[in-house]
Amino acid sequence: MPFIPHTEHDVKEMLATIGVAKLENLFDEIPDSLRVKNLPAIPASLTEMELARLMRQRAALDSGMLCFMGAGAYEHHIPAAVWDIASRGEFLTAYTPYQAEASQGTLQLLYEYQTMMASLMGLDVSNASLYEGGSAAAEAILMAARSHRKHKTYRVLIPRALHPYYRDVIKTIVGQQDIIQLIEVPFDAATGQTQLSAMEKDLHDEVTAVVIPQPNFFGVLEDADAMTDWAHAHGAIAIGVVNPMAMALLKPPGQWGKKGADIACGEGQPLGVPLASGGPYYGFLCCKRDFVRQLPGRIVGRTVDKEGKQGFVLTLQAREQHIRRAKATSNICTNQGLLVTASTIYMSLLGPEGLRQVAEACYLNAQYLKKKLEILHGVEVVFHSPCFHEIVVRLSKPVDKILRLLANDKIQAGFNLAPIYPELGECLLICVTETKTEADIEWFVKCLAQVLAMNSSTIKNIECAK
Amino acid sequence: MSELIFDQSRSGRYAKAQAPKKSVKIDIPAHLLRKDKPFLPEVSELQAVRHYTRLSRKNFSIDTQFYPLGSCTMKYNPRGVHRLAMLEGFLLRHPLSLDVHSQGYMACAYELQEILKAVTGMRGASLTPMAGAQGEFAGVAMIRAYHQSRNDVARTEMLVPDAAHGTNPATAAQCGYTVREIPTDSDGNVNIESLRAAVGPQTAGIMLTNPSTLGVFEQKIEEIAAIMHKAGGLLYYDGANLNAILGKVRPGDMGFDVMHINLHKTFATPHGGGGPGGGPVAVSERLVPFLPTPMVIKSGDTYQWLTEKECPQTIGRLSAFMGNAGIILRAYMYARLLGQEGMIRVAEFATLNANYLLARLKAAGFTPAYAKRRASHEFIITLKKEAKELHITALDVAKRLLDYGFHAPTMYFPLLVPECLLIEPTETEAKEVLDAFVDAMIKIIEEAKTDPALLQEAPYNLPVRRLDEVRAARELDLVYRSDEK
Repeated sequence: MPFIPHTEHDVKEMLATIGVAKLENLFDEIPDSLRVKNLPAIPASLTEMELARLMRQRAALDSGMLCFMGAGAYEHHIPAAVWDIASRGEFLTAYTPYQAEASQGTLQLLYEYQTMMASLMGLDVSNASLYEGGSAAAEAILMAARSHRKHKTYRVLIPRALHPYYRDVIKTIVGQQDIIQLIEVPFDAATGQTQLSAMEKDLHDEVTAVVIPQPNFFGVLEDADAMTDWAHAHGAIAIGVVNPMAMALLKPPGQWGKKGADIACGEGQPLGVPLASGGPYYGFLCCKRDFVRQLPGRIVGRTVDKEGKQGFVLTLQAREQHIRRAKATSNICTNQGLLVTASTIYMSLLGPEGLRQVAEACYLNAQYLKKKLEILHGVEVVFHSPCFHEIVVRLSKPVDKILRLLANDKIQAGFNLAPIYPELGECLLICVTETKTEADIEWFVKCLAQVLAMNSSTIKNIECAK
Repeated sequence: MSELIFDQSRSGRYAKAQAPKKSVKIDIPAHLLRKDKPFLPEVSELQAVRHYTRLSRKNFSIDTQFYPLGSCTMKYNPRGVHRLAMLEGFLLRHPLSLDVHSQGYMACAYELQEILKAVTGMRGASLTPMAGAQGEFAGVAMIRAYHQSRNDVARTEMLVPDAAHGTNPATAAQCGYTVREIPTDSDGNVNIESLRAAVGPQTAGIMLTNPSTLGVFEQKIEEIAAIMHKAGGLLYYDGANLNAILGKVRPGDMGFDVMHINLHKTFATPHGGGGPGGGPVAVSERLVPFLPTPMVIKSGDTYQWLTEKECPQTIGRLSAFMGNAGIILRAYMYARLLGQEGMIRVAEFATLNANYLLARLKAAGFTPAYAKRRASHEFIITLKKEAKELHITALDVAKRLLDYGFHAPTMYFPLLVPECLLIEPTETEAKEVLDAFVDAMIKIIEEAKTDPALLQEAPYNLPVRRLDEVRAARELDLVYRSDEK
């Protein structure tokens, strides 16, 4: 049987040692009425060679697209060294580092990660990661509520321009706690920026926290300084939800406004993690030092061994579920260690200068595309504000059909906004990273121009489920 | 002294082959730009490669050591599975790709949903929860949604046995429930009388692990299910110990309504030093409408996503995309390698290894916590006697095991057994490995008899000696400071 090393002789000896006649007897405490004899719905076993053939066929089905899709998951170059090292068995197949002395590799790496991520965010501390960006945002909100003065209801302002799936995840996770009220903040139709000032007239009660995306879902750069100051002026905790790659170039949450944002979180995927169908990624969560005891998830601390030598351990475990049980800061147990391993190696290779160059290349490529699209017939750039590496355009033809047609040219043209934002009818969110050349961008524009020039009735007849 | 990567930094150094060369003036308004340099390492590619390769060698892992960590199911993670999950077609697929460019991935996800339904005896499955704890969250949220959909809003209490994983009460609390503990009787079963006394119109459900964290099968499970269902409560199955019964008994047949499956345990996906995990949920008929989205359905020959639109009663999304998609892929491949024949062998050999190890340790003088019971895939020994006679603790034995090249078993869990070690060998270990572990345990007790200090001071052969955890928590040092050098 696959992965079971026992010989018949072993089994005989082992059963004799146990003192039972056959394997079946080991299950004699399970009521007969509950036993299943076989599992007919499971297919027969494959060898690794057969499996490889199947998986190569399936991978090929999903391959070969030129990707201009972003919307929260971004294609970046990943140095070969990143996954070569992260795939070493010593990182890949280790467990959570409970036995610190036998886990110094993972623990030191996590400490180095915490240092890098906290600095990238301009904040004091970082945890060792959460599941992914959306749930990290939910944990940040729960953390803000725990940190705020006691209230009957905690009111949290969430921009409509925050990633819509993050808003969904926040609703699922935070929504289980009836005491937290989520309030949507609109965006300005001309700039795409969040309009906190619009909230002023309806605010009768205190605000617990304000979520500040940078860039926001439309790629638009928010006036993060003003939003942070607004939050603090209203007694609220400021939570940045940011793209970590952009923070090599843009002002990080800890430096926003007069006092800096209090908490920063987001999706770590841009830093060395492949698109890979949406996961595994990792969520990061950083904060000012005063908030550290409300920080959920694993945290690594530096200490010494009995001979005074530097070493690393999981620390502040009194916050966690295995000690605090029902009173824990979160039920979270797993972090995304392997992804953090990859990301830490990625950040080490790029360094502050390399990372900034990647971020700049993304920005410049997006600007190049924007310039080309601005002059294209049937395309209108929607928001007139500075952007990072994504832009929103309105097309003269139905977006779903255009996406389907460009797919024939092996182009993934972007994310169709209208199903989620009805006010953005026929709008497309396009992303360009450093992975695209000017020739790629020109090819994209040319193909887009061609399909936009097609006869409307031809386009109308294009089949597109999704 | 082990250097930190930052100790090797020199201003201006980086892996030049890895960053684009363009450098043009950026016309973003100045107040939006970063002015300082983030404190990241400034090293060459070789320095980074060497540093992290060296760090990796300071870890124990399944690839290098026996890892009998109870309740964690540290079995072999097939290399082929990892390699195939890293095929470019899978790595480059954007999560929001159109269905037409996703049929390869969706086929795998759909088939895994079906496989999980078959092995659990459940009617529906969703793969999106990203770890056991998130699966628990989804499960309890579904229980809550179910009661609310029936306007049965007085159910505010979740029952949890005292031996449960800490995530159970933490999850129940996160979903707004009050937690009520149910005691365990001396055989390791749930105390039925206490359960009867605890249930009522306020009961939302119970969260159980079976076999329990005590390493024994809950024999009265059918009675428990009847008591709960009669009271209007639902049963949550914590799949942490599914490896013990895979192919032998199905939670659905035991009367459970909802469960999670730890893919990183039962389905051999790599733990990665603490994650990623995978915690799909499977449910009985009545909870199907509440499953978290997205899911995959098959319509004719094509696969399609099921989202909030098609599932109006769903508890919603748990991650921006589809959870730990790459882990789902790995679990699927592992299931295909095992197949029907292999799947039913998992529990058999996991149980054989556990009972063999228990029999040998017992013969060597160790005390099982539940001597009268058959071990499941794991078992507990208590070092209460050794602690009293030899003045050593379970911690000392655990640390000394590290010196002998074995990862320590789970210590001090479950909380109700004093000085305990929870030992789970898994089915992928050979008999010789188990024998070597027993030899080491015997040797350690011999050492304790002649020189208890030897254990109390252990480990000796690792990169560091025993670490000061108290100091770590008291004098918090969570980031390296740039002015430290």
